[in-house]
Amino acid sequence: MRVFEKEEQRTSPLLSVFYTAGFPEHCSTVEIARHLEEASVDFIEIGIPYSDPLADGPVIQRSSMRALENGMCVSRVIEQVREIRKECDLPIFLMGYYNPVLQFGVERFLDEIADAGADGVILPDLPLSVYSAQYEALFRERELSNVFLITPHTSEKRIRAFDEASSSFLYVVSSPSITGAITDAKEERDRYLARIEALSLRSPLIVGFGISDRESFTAVTRYADGAIVGTAFLRQLEEHGVEKEAIHRFVAEIREGDPR
Amino acid sequence: MKSDEGTNTSSPEACGVDERGYYGEFGGQFVPELLFPNIEELSERYLSILGDPGFEREFQGFLADYVGRPTPLYFAERLSEDLGAQIYLKREDLNHTGAHKINNAIGQALLAKRLGKTRVIAETGAGQHGVATATACARLGLQCDVYMGELDIARQAPNVKRMKMLGANVIPATSGSRTLKDATNEAMRDWIAHPVDTHYIIGSVVGPHPFPDMVARFQSVISAELQQQLTEKIGRSSPDTIVACVGGGSNAIGIFYHYLSEKQVRLVGVEAAGEGLTSGKSAATTALGRKGVLHGSMTLFMQDEDGQVEEAHSVSAGLDYPGIGPQHAHLFETGRVRFASISDEEALRAAVQLSRREGIIPALETAHALAELAKMERSQGEVIVVNLSGRGDKDMETYMAHGLGESE
Repeated sequence: MRVFEKEEQRTSPLLSVFYTAGFPEHCSTVEIARHLEEASVDFIEIGIPYSDPLADGPVIQRSSMRALENGMCVSRVIEQVREIRKECDLPIFLMGYYNPVLQFGVERFLDEIADAGADGVILPDLPLSVYSAQYEALFRERELSNVFLITPHTSEKRIRAFDEASSSFLYVVSSPSITGAITDAKEERDRYLARIEALSLRSPLIVGFGISDRESFTAVTRYADGAIVGTAFLRQLEEHGVEKEAIHRFVAEIREGDPR
Repeated sequence: MKSDEGTNTSSPEACGVDERGYYGEFGGQFVPELLFPNIEELSERYLSILGDPGFEREFQGFLADYVGRPTPLYFAERLSEDLGAQIYLKREDLNHTGAHKINNAIGQALLAKRLGKTRVIAETGAGQHGVATATACARLGLQCDVYMGELDIARQAPNVKRMKMLGANVIPATSGSRTLKDATNEAMRDWIAHPVDTHYIIGSVVGPHPFPDMVARFQSVISAELQQQLTEKIGRSSPDTIVACVGGGSNAIGIFYHYLSEKQVRLVGVEAAGEGLTSGKSAATTALGRKGVLHGSMTLFMQDEDGQVEEAHSVSAGLDYPGIGPQHAHLFETGRVRFASISDEEALRAAVQLSRREGIIPALETAHALAELAKMERSQGEVIVVNLSGRGDKDMETYMAHGLGESE
């Protein structure tokens, strides 16, 4: 588990990219990670495909369906993480829904992903109460972090509870919406992010949902330590495939204006 | 529970949910943080709203004068002769809009008003819940958007037209199997995006707490009436056996509710076997499902080894759901309710039998319960109540397509 530094210790905001394992092709996962590391993305989130992704919009749903058609399953995702880890150093978080992990066996899952070299997981539908009661010790023993989501409607009390339980970063959902939605209320978003920043939490803040280009990336990282691009990247893969130059160009475009 | 206690919509111990929202090991609130504020608001407020005398009065008023309750308890004389038992039908098909779904839709629409919501969303399979919700929203002045699987829109055309006539928008769910589970996903996505002004009227005893408990309380009017009607007709408030079909399980919970603690009453839930349990085209959750998280609750549902939700199959759109509500999962695990499954063929035959012998055309969902009634062990003097959960108007095309219009 790598601990991300808060903004003060860094010179530029963190950029993370989300993509679905096994999309567009079964074997794409490792190649995409390699290109993203070369493009100096700070960390990646790899989606575990699920049949019923109810917090995701049509683009991620589509990628999930395609990945499942490509024969992806939990153990194959873990194998691919192991392959990525052989050649890449960037932190890897696995993002998915609770049920596939539950069926795989939570302890077995944590054992295998820790061994494969993952840094943590993001399971949006695993409630904090269940995590604390049943799984927190298992995560700690394996030095894996469990990333929590907060939204504009999460109370300060809950935000502080998540901050307390977090061992890496807080995933700050930029708007009350599913993934891939366009945030039209920019001012509202900025007010919300400013409010979260003012809480002086111990965890770094990484903003996700609705980050699609340089403008939105720059805007949210004025308040947060970094941001995650997901849907926009999957669209890019749909259009241009896993071609190295295209991926580098995509990352550079979001980074541009970035002092690095 | 005595029959004079009314619908008992506010008694927390009656239905077995604990304060964390669990039924034994099932239930809970497995929702993304994005949905948490919606669920939290409901959890905190539903009991006080349901327990408010003004709310209860308004709800009961609508049930009596608008829905047409109490629904009759009908002694099915010819069916009783045919099958050799004392068979009673609880006529939920005679409710306004033609099924038990309106009990819950009215209750939740009134609750939505109390929560200050101006818009309602719903999912629907057979369209009965969609029609009931569109009806309640029209009457109470709420905007209504109903998600319905693309496949179900095609096979339940009359109900789609009714929803539109009532002023609701019917939004096709085009993802996954394009049936009820996908319509439920779409409705949840909509609710995530509209947490402040929108209430989600779930149509069955599924979803995160407090939905299963809340829907069960609204449907419990069925068994409350049954207690009273049986007392009048046979001199005791309990039958020997109750049979009901189970998709998500709301009509079944409704008619089981006040009998759950009466261990001598045999309770039977009937699932759709589709083309057969081993055909790969089935919806028999207790036979084929495993424990896991579906639509926000820990329950039993059909899934593959990797935890991917499997597509259900049934000739009946209302039973075409891969899971059951968490309370049913608990009642199955503890053995309190026996679950059976009935194939498409058997259900179709049972629909003809009731039509020809009693002059009642049942919904395809209900026909599954009737088919189990004909199959199950029973004795001459045994009092059996079947929840006649809906009428068959919406299924006429399916019945005709299977040649059931031919005289025998």
